[in-house]
Amino acid sequence: MQALDQAPAALAATPSGAPVVALRGVTKRFPGVVANDDVTIEIRSGEVHVLLGENGAGKSTLVGMLSGLQQPDEGRIEIDGKVCVVASPKQALAMGMGTVFQHSMLVPSLTVTDNFALGGPWWKRPDRAGIAAGIRDTARRLGLRVDPQALVSSLSLGERQQVEILRALMRGSRCLILDEATAMLTPHEAVALGELMRRLVAQGIAVIFITHKLNEAIAYGDRISVLRLGRKVGEIDPDALRGASESENIERIIALMFGTSEKGESVRRVQVSRRLGDVVLTVEGLCCDAGRVPVRDISFSVRSGEILGIAGIDGNGQKELAEVLAGQLPRGSGSILLMGSEMGGASVGERRNRGLRYVTDDRLGEGTVGTFPVATNFLLKDIGADPFWRGGIERPQEIRLQAERHVRDFDIRTPGTQTPVGKLSGGNIQKVLLARELTGAAEAVIFAKPTYGLDVNNIRTTRKRIREAADSGKAVVLISTDLDELLELADRIAVMDRGRLRGIVGNDDDARDAIGRLMSAGDDE
Amino acid sequence: MTDEQVVSATAQSAARTDTFPRLLRVVSLGVGPLVAALVLGGLVLLLMGFNPLSYYAYVVQRAIFSPSGLEATLTRMGPLLLIAASLIVAFRAGIWNLGGDGQYLLAAVFVAAIVPLMLGILPVWTNLLLGLFIGAAVGAIWGLLPAILKAWQGLNEIITTLMMSFLGVSLANVLVKLAFLDPATTTPQTRTLPVEARLPRLFDTSVSSGLIIGLVAVIAVHLIMTRTSFGMRLRLVGANPRAAIHAGLSVPTLTIAVFAISAALAGLSGAVDILGTHGNVRADWNPAYSLTVVPLVFLARLNGFGSIAYVFLFSALTIGGESAARRIGVPSFFSLVIVAILLITLGLAEYLDKRHQERARR
Amino acid sequence: MALFTQSFIITLFLGAIAAGIPLLLAGLGEQLSEKTGVLNIGLEGMMLFGAYTGFLVAWSSDSLALGFVAGAAGGMVVAALMALLCVRLGLNQIVIGIALTLAAEGLTALLHFVQFSRTYPRLDGVPTLPLWPLSEIPFVGPILFNNNVVFYFAIVLVAVFAWVYRQTNLGIALQAAGDKPAALDAAGVDVTNTRTMAVLVTGALAGLGGAYMSIVVAGVFVPFMTHGNGFIAIVLAMLARGRPLWVLGGALLFGGSLSLTTALQVAGVDIPTDVIQMLPFAMVMLVLLVAGRKAALPVALGESFVRGSR
Repeated sequence: MQALDQAPAALAATPSGAPVVALRGVTKRFPGVVANDDVTIEIRSGEVHVLLGENGAGKSTLVGMLSGLQQPDEGRIEIDGKVCVVASPKQALAMGMGTVFQHSMLVPSLTVTDNFALGGPWWKRPDRAGIAAGIRDTARRLGLRVDPQALVSSLSLGERQQVEILRALMRGSRCLILDEATAMLTPHEAVALGELMRRLVAQGIAVIFITHKLNEAIAYGDRISVLRLGRKVGEIDPDALRGASESENIERIIALMFGTSEKGESVRRVQVSRRLGDVVLTVEGLCCDAGRVPVRDISFSVRSGEILGIAGIDGNGQKELAEVLAGQLPRGSGSILLMGSEMGGASVGERRNRGLRYVTDDRLGEGTVGTFPVATNFLLKDIGADPFWRGGIERPQEIRLQAERHVRDFDIRTPGTQTPVGKLSGGNIQKVLLARELTGAAEAVIFAKPTYGLDVNNIRTTRKRIREAADSGKAVVLISTDLDELLELADRIAVMDRGRLRGIVGNDDDARDAIGRLMSAGDDE
Repeated sequence: MTDEQVVSATAQSAARTDTFPRLLRVVSLGVGPLVAALVLGGLVLLLMGFNPLSYYAYVVQRAIFSPSGLEATLTRMGPLLLIAASLIVAFRAGIWNLGGDGQYLLAAVFVAAIVPLMLGILPVWTNLLLGLFIGAAVGAIWGLLPAILKAWQGLNEIITTLMMSFLGVSLANVLVKLAFLDPATTTPQTRTLPVEARLPRLFDTSVSSGLIIGLVAVIAVHLIMTRTSFGMRLRLVGANPRAAIHAGLSVPTLTIAVFAISAALAGLSGAVDILGTHGNVRADWNPAYSLTVVPLVFLARLNGFGSIAYVFLFSALTIGGESAARRIGVPSFFSLVIVAILLITLGLAEYLDKRHQERARR
Repeated sequence: MALFTQSFIITLFLGAIAAGIPLLLAGLGEQLSEKTGVLNIGLEGMMLFGAYTGFLVAWSSDSLALGFVAGAAGGMVVAALMALLCVRLGLNQIVIGIALTLAAEGLTALLHFVQFSRTYPRLDGVPTLPLWPLSEIPFVGPILFNNNVVFYFAIVLVAVFAWVYRQTNLGIALQAAGDKPAALDAAGVDVTNTRTMAVLVTGALAGLGGAYMSIVVAGVFVPFMTHGNGFIAIVLAMLARGRPLWVLGGALLFGGSLSLTTALQVAGVDIPTDVIQMLPFAMVMLVLLVAGRKAALPVALGESFVRGSR
């Protein structure tokens, strides 16, 4: 969304050759899920082929099969028209398919050159000079600057990605797979990546670009395949893509992504005008340097019944902001007022007792303990609290009753309240978190990327819960990287970029454009 | 830090789903490795030219079926159970306190140095309580440095506790030889606590009341870890420190608390061993209980009651093994071999079970 | 005044080397394991078992060379168990490490009792191999260039390891196995095999170090004779942070503090052995207190690798 006007104009010149890689009727099942169902996709050289779909649409599984990490249960993979079994990552590489994963696959403690040498015959000395020259050469050809001697740990995420693309190309990849490549990038880096993709296809490389961001797909893609719930629901070929206006393309893709019947309803929800109450949460001049991204001078207030959205590219201080508000990170300066009283110095527990709740996006990393039973996970933040403990002694009856209540109220699909929470699906784990944070005397709730990684059904349920929380008079801060989600739910939307709030806009018809402007305004600095 | 494979099925999977196949599984998982270990141990004996059957029979007869042997077995259990309690607290909280030997021995030395001296000054009961307190305090102090390094510097406690353990064992020897030497004897050892001033015996037997202290400690620890809010906090820190921070717990404070309790229990074990059984510390004496009990508590999956069973088994093995050493000529080190083999067979069984279950799920 | 006589210093240095070589060998091995992400707590057991097998073979075959080979093989046997249970089956490295150490302690004590407890056989001194003309250099010559084969081997090994780590594809792969196993896997190198090999080499080196203790230093096998050396070697490897030369320095430093007793006794100062025995451990704690956080470990240390799980 941040780069619409900067989309390269080289679309017309790209030649479409024969398919380099083709998936034909590929099906992949995991216990309880069909991740890919009869998917047929052709990848041609000189084309950026976008695989577009929401989280859980089956994109990563396709990547896994193309890169040799997983094998299809049914169907076949053809390379240069011949049926192949891609049994291992090594074999995928040998067949000319290079994958750049969302999470860096570089060894941080090695230099760029040594990362390129990785996997060479073990008894040999790496030809460091040769590799370094090759890196410089290829980099120059693509208009990149890469220092071969740099330690990977000293590079930014965007730079690491460029290094990985270089590496894939230098290993002779004819087909480059970019998995959610822009998810971790700053807007600026994302634009640079888009331009790089255009240059790559101009040199005859086939690029598979996996994303869930519609605007990126239109900006950089030649051909777009839309995945939904594991099935390919449509494909827009280069002619169709070029022949239509941008808004027509967006409309068409949305129709494919969400199914035609839901068109309109899911795209743009008419805001129900709620009566907003008094100010519940006020933040003024909040700064914090303790996290990975410093948070600077944040001010906003949220009223009872209001949803304040916080938009921005992932990794621009949203996580840190949430943690400072929740008390997990120490506040540098500024104030946090809940119901008019200062709580910037209070501990995590005190803030929770006073009505502040935080639904983390790291559900298994910090939100729950996977090996603990569901019933226990409901109580992780209330250990020792009445009535579940009396005088420090556990009361299993009370704990069980509460758990059963939560499981019923929040429709958590679990074999029992004693089942380890790690055995549940992502959506049900999220429901456990929601049950924990939304019950009891909550005044203000912070949601961090609440629908990240969930399937469509659970996204819908979670969004409903968020709206209900606001309707019941809570003040809601909704952090999301999904603009559509914010446009659907929020009353006002703030844009966060590099640790600062760039501005707050009301959620009206111009909101999308206004947010886009705020986001790109940050680039000028 | 917690042990996924061996402990994965601890308290959590206590929830029974299908009773009979599950029971069968538990029995085969619990008994199978034990039988396998005894068979493998028997092979070792056979290779060394001993008859394994008569060895095992002799050990069982001496350690369990003879009254004096059983009494010795039960007495030995006291200190071992305290060590087990010390390890259970630490391991359940995700902290690898491998320094129990140093904590134990230093505590034993200080108790042996001070308690006999106070005998004339304090009444027997007060003196014994003082001894127990000294033991716990010395143990806790010896655990302090690794605790602080772990809590504030994030330094790996495996290394620091091991180093402090070796340091403590050497220091204990130095103290016995240089500072706390009994002037009345020529052998390097501390003063001896007279038998009538030691921990009382149980009823008409020779079993030391240290057994009761050990049983109470291990059961208390088990209940605290599984039934109280404090234990829940510790388990949360152990299972997922980031979740503990997210839930608002002070991880450094809890880390230091765990170390203090664990090391104090190890020290208490030293005190009980001296006050109940030995009465003094001889130079170069180091029973090295702690590292030996580590496999036992893992065999018991960090369960207090299971630990009692395994400690009893081990205690009987060593007591029986010691008299077998005198009679049959198999050195008592054999019990170490059995425990080690048992742990390995159990690990394998656990692994096979996991694979079997995964296959069944598909 | 008369303390720092030449004989004192030579005793000290020779002692430092004698005590340091086992630490160096085991430390180099542990460093290799840790580099690939395996915390090898069973090192003590590998050393002890190597000490036993080395002594047994050296004594029964009358060949020191065979003894050293057998020592390395003995360590490797324990390491093979470790590799099977921890690297391949993914069991907990700490618990299995302790179990293997206990097993080695019990088994070797048992075997020693059966075989040697009545005869207490002793090996003759190990012949030295003077490297003429270097061995003729006054003072330094007799210490450094008139030593036994294992000593030379260990020193050469430091250089070899340093070279392998910095200059070969193998070194790069080892680093990746500990720091980002998924990257190594994606590059087509089997992480499990890499780690297995590393653990086996570790076992061989630790076993050789143990054999050095029994064959060269002591001339006898005594139960529990490694006395925590394996654990010190683990610390050495952690503090050296991947640099073999630092293991050498640390090993000599610790060896020196261990040999101080003998040297002081030669010089006529009587300090109880136990005080001296505390020195290396106290030193480790001191270093850890000062260096603290810097004792860096590979990211994936202690975790078994499963493809596709990040």
